[in-house]
Amino acid sequence: MDVAIHNLVKTYNKGEVNAVDNVSLGVAKAELFGLIGPDGAGKTSIFRILTTLLLPDGGTATVNGKDVVKDYKLIRREVGYMPGRFSLYQDLTVEENLGFFANLFGTTIQKNYDLIKDIYVQIEPFKTRRAGKLSGGMKQKLALCCALIHRPVVLFLDEPTTGVDTVSRKEFWEMLKRLKAQGITILVSTPYMDEANLCERIALMQNGKIMSVDTPPKIIQKFPTALYAIKASAMGRLLVDLRQVDFLASCYAFGEYHHITFKPGKEGEQQTLVQLMNAKGHDDVEIKRIEPTIEDCFIKLMN
Amino acid sequence: MSDEVVIKTEKLTKKFGDFVAANELTFEVHRGEIFGFLGANGAGKTTAMRMLCGLSIPSSGSAKIAGFDVYKQRDQIKKNIGYMSQKFSLYEDLTVLENISFFGGIYGLPDKRVREQARTLINELGLGKEADKLVGSLPLGWKQKLAFSVAIFHGPKIVFLDEPTGGVDPVTRRQFWDMIYDAASTGITVFVTTHYMDEAEYCNRISMMVDGVMKALDTPANLKKQYKAQSMDEVFFELARGAKRKAD
Repeated sequence: MDVAIHNLVKTYNKGEVNAVDNVSLGVAKAELFGLIGPDGAGKTSIFRILTTLLLPDGGTATVNGKDVVKDYKLIRREVGYMPGRFSLYQDLTVEENLGFFANLFGTTIQKNYDLIKDIYVQIEPFKTRRAGKLSGGMKQKLALCCALIHRPVVLFLDEPTTGVDTVSRKEFWEMLKRLKAQGITILVSTPYMDEANLCERIALMQNGKIMSVDTPPKIIQKFPTALYAIKASAMGRLLVDLRQVDFLASCYAFGEYHHITFKPGKEGEQQTLVQLMNAKGHDDVEIKRIEPTIEDCFIKLMN
Repeated sequence: MSDEVVIKTEKLTKKFGDFVAANELTFEVHRGEIFGFLGANGAGKTTAMRMLCGLSIPSSGSAKIAGFDVYKQRDQIKKNIGYMSQKFSLYEDLTVLENISFFGGIYGLPDKRVREQARTLINELGLGKEADKLVGSLPLGWKQKLAFSVAIFHGPKIVFLDEPTGGVDPVTRRQFWDMIYDAASTGITVFVTTHYMDEAEYCNRISMMVDGVMKALDTPANLKKQYKAQSMDEVFFELARGAKRKAD
């Protein structure tokens, strides 16, 4: 295991806030592992403990076999960290930032250029521009290059795609796949549930706790009941009316459709439901069984 | 949604030097409509929104917001709109009640009305026990729901929401949209940006900005038909892929 966490605890405000609440998980060599959860789930605290920037209040954690408390100096040499907030020097140019980080780790840009080449060529035309003047997408690429320039064993990426549009997000995940192929272990966090499928394994997190850890397909398999999607011409009113139906267990909006589950023993009542909605004046009612997404699993685990 | 037009722009343009951040935007938004404003980073969304909110003077073109002119009546515009964003919405070091009173006061509501309406609001949000707690101590989801309520506290004609649900958990995100639907049903126009494509589906109409131009404007269903796409994600990808600009 390149990252091993046992019963990790981190509290703030004199124990009032349990930011990380007894978390255990392992990340294998060259694995692309995702921490999936909203703000306040504890993702950043875990990253800061693993990168030795924060001391845990309980439990243990190792990175590449080294203890995050005792061996912090060794770990700092072996990991790359891209924090959620842009943390490069705004008044240094692209090239100067990269050179600075290479120098800091006793290496050169040339020596590890092959690792960052794919990403760096995209920002190279702007290499004399100050980092503070770059666009969001370019800042993100520069930060990734700086986190990689010393060829880390483990790469920690804290919400690298937050606030980034879908096109840039897709490009970013392609880059991560190529880095993984080069043998780098990657722990990445995201609040976007649809990105979970791009990871090999994921931990679904909420309020400092892990709700489930597995591969995305296995988490989906564990969804306990049949899930249906329903739509009609007036979606807002449909949601209100569905909430009144006593044989439904859950009901929530999900893009073009609303997702519903039936109470135990009431599966097979789809036609009854359609008739009921027709009787309430809904037109073009369509219902179909669907495979849950990670977001459906997350919602289910939260309840 | 009604036929009454509350936002009307005609060739609205903003240039910074040679750079055309927003290029001849022409569109209308109706009373009570939920209008999704999408686009890649750097497409010109923020620039356009700043003009519509009366914060930035256009280079050319015209626009009327809630009936007021974006050149000459910017103070009137500000009084008649609400605004919230993911980045800034409430003062973290003021309590829930203090934030409500503060924003009520800013918009010139009488003290008595602020007090009464604040009590109703706090009850509706189930924040009775938290009324005297600092906003900074609330979970993000509650904060965002409170921020939205504060943004429409003074009964604006239009509320601008800039990525209101970023980082919010999936259950709270849906509760937030329930609030948006409620507001729209009372006649408030909702102008919203988001990076969540499922949320694009909840809008009455969607506009897509690409390189400063409004590339598409229609209902989610029509856009999917037009671009032969299964999802809004595909529509977005199809439109944004051709973008030349990569600036924020």
